[in-house]
Amino acid sequence: MKILLNNREEEFKEESITVNEMLILKKFSFKMRIIKINGTLISKEKYNTTFIHDGDDVQMLYLMSGG
Amino acid sequence: MRFSEIKTHLSKFRVGIAGAGGLGSNCAVALARCGVGTLVITDFDIIEELNLNRQYYFTDQIGLMKTVALKENIAHINPEVFVIIHQMKLDRTNITEIFSGCNIIVEALDSSAMKEILIETVQIKMPGIPLIVGSGMAGWGKTNDIISRKIDDTLYVCGDEYSEISDDLPPIAPRVGIVASMQANIVIELLMNIK
Repeated sequence: MKILLNNREEEFKEESITVNEMLILKKFSFKMRIIKINGTLISKEKYNTTFIHDGDDVQMLYLMSGG
Repeated sequence: MRFSEIKTHLSKFRVGIAGAGGLGSNCAVALARCGVGTLVITDFDIIEELNLNRQYYFTDQIGLMKTVALKENIAHINPEVFVIIHQMKLDRTNITEIFSGCNIIVEALDSSAMKEILIETVQIKMPGIPLIVGSGMAGWGKTNDIISRKIDDTLYVCGDEYSEISDDLPPIAPRVGIVASMQANIVIELLMNIK
């Protein structure tokens, strides 16, 4: 499948993957982040049960302490 | 457009500011100078000496509640701004009530865990309200790594998204001020686009 990840095209050999699997496959290590799929915010508890499909627009932002 | 017209337009709106530290105090002052009508500011903390390396407070305000001191400072800058303050810690249960009626909300909290709670709550429970997040501003230099990014119509992020504060990489005035001003700049841009 092909998805958009932060406006860049990314290809995975799987047909669909969970948010958690995507984080592992991409080796994303920061622990605080916000993820939106097609404009909908996915809360952390749903990373294991929410699937990313071909054509999805995935937006991710990292949360750093400090303000 | 002349500033008098800009000010008249901005006076119609209400902006929420979650946190009155480095981001919140500087962002609030910028918005007040432009003439945003109402600011809703929340914070639970008091001013400490160390805060003065980046926050919009003065030595004689050390020990005061940040919300109270910020309201006072804004009154000195632009007394026409209506400032509503809440001295409380935000949580998932009180966010929507505190910021109800706000046209835009600025995320100016300290901890990443609190940022997450605010973003999740506003995005899920207050659909359509733009939220301007600050993330990644510790240290100094690397000016051009600080950017503003539009995720979608309801979510913007300002900062470098990688500089986490620590004892050896504290937040100090210039980079925090850049991010706070970027947040204020997006607020003004969005408000000016409302007819």
